[in-house]
Amino acid sequence: MMKVSNWPKPARNRAENGAVPAALTSAGEDEMATEPPVKAEAKHLSFSYGSFRALKDINIRILQNRVTALIGPSGCGKSTFLRCFNRMHDLYPNSSYEGQITLYPQNINIIGPKVDPIEVRMRVGMVFQKPNPFPKSIYENVAYGLRLRGVRNRKLLDQKVEEALKSAAIWDEAKDRLHQSASKLSGGQQQRLCIARALATDPEILAFDEPTSALDPMATSRIEELVSALRERVTIIIVTHNMQQAARVSDFTAFMYLGELIEFGVTDKMFTNPSNKLTEEYITGRFG
Amino acid sequence: MRQFHEQLQDLFQNVVQMGTLTESMVRGAVSALVARDEGLCADVFEKEKAVNRLQVEVDDKAVKLTALQQPVAQDVRFLFMASRIGGELERIADQAINICQNAHHVIEAPPLPPLLDLPQMADAAQKMVRDSLAAMIQRDVVLAALVLEDEKRVDAFRNQIFSTLLDWMKRDPAAIEQALSLILIARNLERVGDHATNVAEEVIYWIQGRDVRHSKGVPVAEQERETA
Repeated sequence: MMKVSNWPKPARNRAENGAVPAALTSAGEDEMATEPPVKAEAKHLSFSYGSFRALKDINIRILQNRVTALIGPSGCGKSTFLRCFNRMHDLYPNSSYEGQITLYPQNINIIGPKVDPIEVRMRVGMVFQKPNPFPKSIYENVAYGLRLRGVRNRKLLDQKVEEALKSAAIWDEAKDRLHQSASKLSGGQQQRLCIARALATDPEILAFDEPTSALDPMATSRIEELVSALRERVTIIIVTHNMQQAARVSDFTAFMYLGELIEFGVTDKMFTNPSNKLTEEYITGRFG
Repeated sequence: MRQFHEQLQDLFQNVVQMGTLTESMVRGAVSALVARDEGLCADVFEKEKAVNRLQVEVDDKAVKLTALQQPVAQDVRFLFMASRIGGELERIADQAINICQNAHHVIEAPPLPPLLDLPQMADAAQKMVRDSLAAMIQRDVVLAALVLEDEKRVDAFRNQIFSTLLDWMKRDPAAIEQALSLILIARNLERVGDHATNVAEEVIYWIQGRDVRHSKGVPVAEQERETA
């Protein structure tokens, strides 16, 4: 029997030395040929915490009504990148942006100094790793952003709260206890409430930062179904450490490493035949 | 994760072992025919049991690893490849058995004039099996692609042998039974080549993620243009 002591390395590419056998030459792939419109675009985006450069010249297009997953090892900059989209970094001193993130079709650079971060956060909702409902009732949690926007009409508030809770697939569980404390909900329900809270202001983009890492498999499954359903009305960016979750819920995947965008492409392709060796090694667990 | 990679390596060894057994079965069957020694077939029949057992083992491991480890990229391609190559190798082993069975009729009858094309065809088919396995072991896509091109050579031998044997049968009806067995053997060898081609296609899929099945006949120049 032929002995194989280790996982074999690919043979040296001999194509450049002579004739290329027919089977080695075939069509290039262009899965992105029928792209939907671009919703947001990072151009030469860099970000620093003080002197530490956490993001380096990121260029990526986020497509409308699609789910884009950001993956990469801890510290690669994926959460930092996500938080640029709703100006979370503005809450901390000594952080600085370079480049731009343009929101379409308005063509606004949302990290521009003249743009109000509060307005950006209305348009780009954020859902965090750990459910973080306000210490208020279910109703008030969802109505909070609307009140901040100056909505006072009770009927309109009721309608918006119901719509958001329905969109977040928690209406049936919450409709009979709207005025009870949100803290009485389970972890999975609290996370869906947070999604409802983010949806209430009709955001254009929803940014999820590891939204299921604190949830059990059943609650995780419901959030994933929700993400798939919500893409009909919003553009979604999701940071996840769970490779299978990225593969299940996203249309596009971006792999980041050491603050750089290494590869971005159609999720099917990224998880079956990535172009970059680093991506391949990371998603197959051979690195990171 | 390390355990998973060791399990992949273990499965890979099973496929290699299956390939080595299969290759030796074809070699044994051809030797029995050429040497007119039916005794050489005993070893071929014996090895078939091991090949069948390994095919079941390979499939079982591939299914379990797919279900339990949720593999991606080259790992998922490897698992599909392993299972499919297992099927191809089992069929090559079946062809070796068929060659032995058909050789029985050839050996029993008085020798016909030398049919030089048949040993050459057997060499070509065996080389395809050997090269497709070497391509897998060395992850050599160039070698795998060359196997695909060798298929035409084996097919040409088959056509030549069919034509020669048809002439014999027309000239000497007493040779019909033996000539029919030789035609069947040529057909068996052609199938060996076909399965080796399928193995090589799987190797290309594993390494490059490109499915080249059913793409034969596309001119090289056209494919190169598409790549560009």
